[in-house]
Amino acid sequence: MLDKTGIAKRIAKEVKDGYYVNLGIGIPTLVANYVRNDIEVEFQSENGVLGMGPFPFEGEEDADVINAGKQTITTLPGASFFDSAMSFSMIRGKHVDLTILGAMEVSEQGDIANWKIPGKMVKGMGGAMDLVASAENIIVAMMHTNKAGKSKLLKQCSLPLTGVGCVKKIVTNLAVIEVTNTGFKLLERAPGVSVDDIRNATEGTLIIEGNVPEMDI
Amino acid sequence: MISKKVSNVQQALNGVTNGMTLMLGGFGLSGIPENAIAELVKLGVNDLTCISNNAGVDDFGLGLLLQKKQIKKMISSYVGENDEFERQMLSGELDVELIPQGTLAERCRAAQAGFPAIYTPAGYGTEVAEGKETRAFDGKMYVLEHAFKADFAFVKAWKGDEAGNLIFKGTARNFNPNMCGAAKITIAEVEEMVPLGTLDPNQIHIPGIFVQRIFKGQQYEKRIEQRTVRQKE
Repeated sequence: MLDKTGIAKRIAKEVKDGYYVNLGIGIPTLVANYVRNDIEVEFQSENGVLGMGPFPFEGEEDADVINAGKQTITTLPGASFFDSAMSFSMIRGKHVDLTILGAMEVSEQGDIANWKIPGKMVKGMGGAMDLVASAENIIVAMMHTNKAGKSKLLKQCSLPLTGVGCVKKIVTNLAVIEVTNTGFKLLERAPGVSVDDIRNATEGTLIIEGNVPEMDI
Repeated sequence: MISKKVSNVQQALNGVTNGMTLMLGGFGLSGIPENAIAELVKLGVNDLTCISNNAGVDDFGLGLLLQKKQIKKMISSYVGENDEFERQMLSGELDVELIPQGTLAERCRAAQAGFPAIYTPAGYGTEVAEGKETRAFDGKMYVLEHAFKADFAFVKAWKGDEAGNLIFKGTARNFNPNMCGAAKITIAEVEEMVPLGTLDPNQIHIPGIFVQRIFKGQQYEKRIEQRTVRQKE
């Protein structure tokens, strides 16, 4: 089984040379730490920066240079700043190659819910609805089950949706899964996790074809 | 040169009254019009509708207006950093319209650019699209979203001049340029008011035509919400 860092490490392998990538808050933010350093990738943050670098050294924080999680950041050579409308032009206009974000639930049709729990948590969708409505390549990073042990990979989402039919790939602490027309196709198992473990933790239709390999991290 | 300069925040906010719709720039606490917000608190205007990506934190930014219960309705994309906001929303004291961040930006830009509405794919199939007109283009569904109508836009820039030209800094730019000219009156506050002619026309982000009043902010706290650093090796 993977921890959050392990999920980030596995997703980092999906990041290819020449990609512009938008990372959501939480596990997705960690992905930047594990991208191969022999490829060129630029990270976009929807509050208006392309070419994000690491956190600043202590004493060098700048209130005017933050990421979408409101964390202080730095920029790399070649970086640019822009306004919110242009930022979402990059996103809606499909100029960003890969979007990695967290989720509370994903359905076997590729629907995603990650912004609201009625009566409990109403923080808002931020940029998530714009991201999932347009991105061609969306990877969801999440735990396979919620804190109550219930599956987050469902036949139908029970929470208010963020987008419909948009998720293509899911990386969890247990598995790598592709969302297909017929359900969740199991691509890889996490180290030490059996196909049965994954089946038991998946409420939606799980498609298993042949021998499912263990992840290479 | 048509001068937009006013001498202080009091003059800048002349005409703001109860019940108005205000746009306020900023992302989190970055690039918020700190001086205009402080003056709105002092004026005590209430029943305000505020269009702003976030709602500040409990004791800073729009949180200051929320504390005094001056806001009737918030239109935002993310409000997760503010306990008082959540309390007022759950108790029904505060009306809240949550909309996708890109839609918020584009509804500002549409107002600025003279478009009555725009079609966006964001929110299609979700509760955000309920009751709204939808339409297919090339087989994909889009939601009709209307341009905002606001009385005042409050923006914050790094540098400006008497003509109202603005330059922003870093990610403090965010929604500020999109709100310029998107309301009946746009009020810009700047950290530095530079002499006319010293800003390079090639480098100006927002031309003064979009700004009706400009003033130099008295002081800026520029509070950092999440101070994250790494250690030197």
